[in-house]
Amino acid sequence: MTLLIVSPILFPLLGMLINALFGQRMRERVVGWVASFAVIAAFAASVVLFVQLSQSHGEPLRLTLAPWITAGALNVAWGFLVDPLSAVMMLIVTGVGALIHIYSIGYMHGDPRFARYFVYLNLFVAAMLVLVMADNFLVLFVGWELVGLCSYLLIGFWFQDVKNAAAGRKAFVVNRIGDVGFVLGMLLIFATFGTLDFETVFAQVKVRGESLAAVASLITLLLFIGATGKSAQIPLFVWLPDAMAGPTPVSALIHAATMVTAGVYMMSRAHVLFELAPTTQALIALVGAITALVAGSSALRQVDIKKVLAYSTVSQLGFMVAAAGLGAYVAALFHLLTHAFFKALLFLGAGSVIHAMHAAHGDVDPQDMRAMGGLAKRMPFTFLTFVIGGLALAGLPPLAGFFSKDEVLLAAFADNPLVFVLLGITAAFTALYVGRQIVLVFLGEPRSANAAHAHESPAIMTMPLAVLALLTLAGGAINLPGGGWLHHWLEPVLHEAAKPLNVGLALVFTLIALGALALAWVWYRDAQRARLEVESALGRFLLSAWHIDAVYHATVLRAFYTLSTICSQLIDIGLIDAAVNAVGRSARAAADQLRAAQSGFVRNYGLLMFLGVIVLVVYFVVVR
Amino acid sequence: MLSLLTFLPLVGAVVVVLAPRSSARWIALTTSLLTFVVSLIALLRFDPSAAGYQFVESLPWVPQYGITYKLGVDGISLWLVLLTTFIFPVALWFSGESIHHRERAYYALMLLMETATLGVFLALDLFLFYVFWEFALVPMYFIIGVWGGERRLYAAVKFFLYTMVGSVLMLVAILVLGIGAGTFDLEAIAQRNAAFRSDVWLFAAFALAFAIKVPIFPFHTWLPDAHVEAPTPGSVILASVLLKMGSYGLIRYNLGLFPEASAWAAPVLVAFGVIGILYGALVAFAQNDAKKLIAYSSVSHMGFIVLGIFALNAIGVQGALLQMVNHGLSTGGLFLAIGMLYERRHTRDMRQFGGVWARMPLFGTLTLLLVLASVGLPTLNGFVGEFTILQGAFLRDPLAAGFGALGMVLSAAYLLTFFQKVFLGESRDPANVHLRDLNWREVASVAPLIVLCFVIGVYAAPFFGAMDASVAALLQSMNVARAW
Repeated sequence: MTLLIVSPILFPLLGMLINALFGQRMRERVVGWVASFAVIAAFAASVVLFVQLSQSHGEPLRLTLAPWITAGALNVAWGFLVDPLSAVMMLIVTGVGALIHIYSIGYMHGDPRFARYFVYLNLFVAAMLVLVMADNFLVLFVGWELVGLCSYLLIGFWFQDVKNAAAGRKAFVVNRIGDVGFVLGMLLIFATFGTLDFETVFAQVKVRGESLAAVASLITLLLFIGATGKSAQIPLFVWLPDAMAGPTPVSALIHAATMVTAGVYMMSRAHVLFELAPTTQALIALVGAITALVAGSSALRQVDIKKVLAYSTVSQLGFMVAAAGLGAYVAALFHLLTHAFFKALLFLGAGSVIHAMHAAHGDVDPQDMRAMGGLAKRMPFTFLTFVIGGLALAGLPPLAGFFSKDEVLLAAFADNPLVFVLLGITAAFTALYVGRQIVLVFLGEPRSANAAHAHESPAIMTMPLAVLALLTLAGGAINLPGGGWLHHWLEPVLHEAAKPLNVGLALVFTLIALGALALAWVWYRDAQRARLEVESALGRFLLSAWHIDAVYHATVLRAFYTLSTICSQLIDIGLIDAAVNAVGRSARAAADQLRAAQSGFVRNYGLLMFLGVIVLVVYFVVVR
Repeated sequence: MLSLLTFLPLVGAVVVVLAPRSSARWIALTTSLLTFVVSLIALLRFDPSAAGYQFVESLPWVPQYGITYKLGVDGISLWLVLLTTFIFPVALWFSGESIHHRERAYYALMLLMETATLGVFLALDLFLFYVFWEFALVPMYFIIGVWGGERRLYAAVKFFLYTMVGSVLMLVAILVLGIGAGTFDLEAIAQRNAAFRSDVWLFAAFALAFAIKVPIFPFHTWLPDAHVEAPTPGSVILASVLLKMGSYGLIRYNLGLFPEASAWAAPVLVAFGVIGILYGALVAFAQNDAKKLIAYSSVSHMGFIVLGIFALNAIGVQGALLQMVNHGLSTGGLFLAIGMLYERRHTRDMRQFGGVWARMPLFGTLTLLLVLASVGLPTLNGFVGEFTILQGAFLRDPLAAGFGALGMVLSAAYLLTFFQKVFLGESRDPANVHLRDLNWREVASVAPLIVLCFVIGVYAAPFFGAMDASVAALLQSMNVARAW
């Protein structure tokens, strides 16, 4: 029983160890299936735990493995927790994770560091499970940082190209900025509550209530800074588009379905604290909505098939964060879940396209949508599933994305008009860039030799697409409007009242989505438009995501480099060391003048020091 | 037992000098391993629940001046003793790769240094402490000066004079204390002399000596020079053990003898700790020489330790003590890694590498683990130390902890840049094509460090447990401890 609770973590760790030690000597298929079965086993264990949990009516399962840190009053143990919230996350992580592992066997075929790839991927699943199963803030942070490490390693997986390596480093360092916020939040939590355990902290919050309002505002603000890093929100979202340098299945798993949602999970987990801090909540909702709009508009002009999806992910994360800020945690988690399905589907579909473009030896960038076109005929299965994912993202009924996005919009409509308007505009943008992408990639005539000679991907890659497409088709049923299953399931953790369906709102947004899709079809049937529009000033502005990265380079990074140079050149060499050497030289010169006969200078120092010591000792002992 | 522990390396040094040159390394290695075994026995017999000194040995030495030969170990010195006895065999093992002339003198000096550093951590008499302290200086001076790089003489003299200046003032303070109290016995002085507890001048004399050794900004400029010029094993010992003499001294002598003065000066030292964290990191980022980069990273990491000590609470001090061990492991390991590169390419200029991970997969992975330990990634040791220190500091001074935490971002920036420049991307020099991966001897030198990094990282509880009682007693005697 006890081991069962942590077995979802142990299986991928075991798979990682096997492949790390013996992967070099095993055949590709064996490596791939060892890793995949490890995650499938973790999924099975998660299902078992899920069933147990539903039988015990949401009474959480707990396990404390061992003490970890015990310094003075600071006491942190390796404690794990399976409650309704973590159980849902575990199913997403291991379920989508298993599909992406299997897909990777096909996608990474022939890579010289095949085993290494699966070592990282297994480690990622284990780390993500630590994150969602932790029963205290510090163990959550362990998972939080380890998924960041896996992200670093996998973004820079093809490190021979220094661009990929630099993208990995950027992701790690930018995330670390957020992590400082998270760490300071934990320090303040401990200073306030004397513990980092979820249960104790939240129980104390309920008892102490409003008297904690001020400190809760600060704690939640600090924790939210952490979320802006991991969940790619303004101002720290800039690492995620660059993270597309990693292999595409990695983008699907880590940078769309799971890791980047960690911030949303964390806020839901700590919702008791956030609810005490309305100011922070309002800020979070606004940051989420602005991020959604900025990233959604940027997706309109991307030319790289993965960059569209990357900005789309940032934008959809903005939806989730905004929902969390509005206190609609169920809506946030519901969108997290459906997004995991349809965005993983879209990324894997994009991977299938890139795989085909790459295999068809031409001379174009296999990710440039301007060189694609006409792939619907050549890759019908990929096309079909991609359209399902795309329409779900656009928010068309009855696909999963429709229901979850509707819940977020509904929450905003009720509480915060500004956030509602921002998210509404973004919803229109979303349908527009989805339509643009489908038209540019799959419709019309091929615009390069690669596209003309593309073939459908092997079954090992298309089967996961099929499963995710089915989940995307049916996923909305998990939480039908007016208090569906997910609502009830999360009730013991979140205590949230369900909102009824607003038919008018749903209808309006469905019409907006249809209109935007139609507009995309009219505009982009002529691919020339996509070519020209990125050359305008507005096109460049959106292509570079509102120039935010460039602004950081010109300000923060430049200031950092300058400061680093000032410290090392001016202060360290020019001032401190120069002073030290000057003191040394003048002491030596003084000694030269003092001494009568020739003697080694160290001996002179010795004599001088000896005399000095005597004088000082006498002074202190006798005179004082 | 502690005398055996302390002087076993000295005996080994004598044997090394007398024995034939070809056997010098093996004798030294065997001696240091035996010493390690003795320290392990001490560890097994150590009672973690006792606050006071254990295995105390006391003999009159110069009774008319109250000088005794007195050794003992408690929870504060325990892990530093073990770090010392653990790192010396590692450094001696690796010496086979990098020391190729005057072996007998070299190995004898290394063993002498082990005796001296163990003596520093174990001495319970101020005079005896001072003797060991000065005694530790000499072998390192020669190791840099004889087996060092091009500017070895400048670096050695700088190292020697700089630390001499500091320790001379400490000698004054020790004499003042000893003559005033009529005894040099540490415990006796600490108990007897209420008058000294708030003496700012004596506090400052000790603090300066230790600040130079740690080193605390702005007394750090001897360190990069010493590291760059020292041979690899010398750098390992310098970073892992010698710097800890300073931070250990701050706890044992400054906090232990001058609690009121410590409390008075704490804000200043906290500030310098934080400045060290940020400044060391900023300077590290600008380096091209890998060894200089790691040397400045030491300045930054030691800043964390100073911050923890002068948080003056159990969390901070315990975090600082553990971080001393952590820094010894991860930074010692990184110096080994740079040594391995240097043996192959005879340069440490990061601009001449690139893509090394593709040529040396195992080496790249092991170095990455050390980098991550140093960056403070959870499940590795550095994180436990840094977080605990920050928690302790936060309880005393949230602002200082806030600025100190920025070190987390900066260490990621400079260490991942180091890793990227050397190991990732494409090779920037044709000479890198023929790099061979580590041999088993090299793996054996660095693997134990990495294993320990993991052990402390996931299970720090027993390490903290052994220091709990002693740190609590120290803080209680200081009368400044708060509820934390």
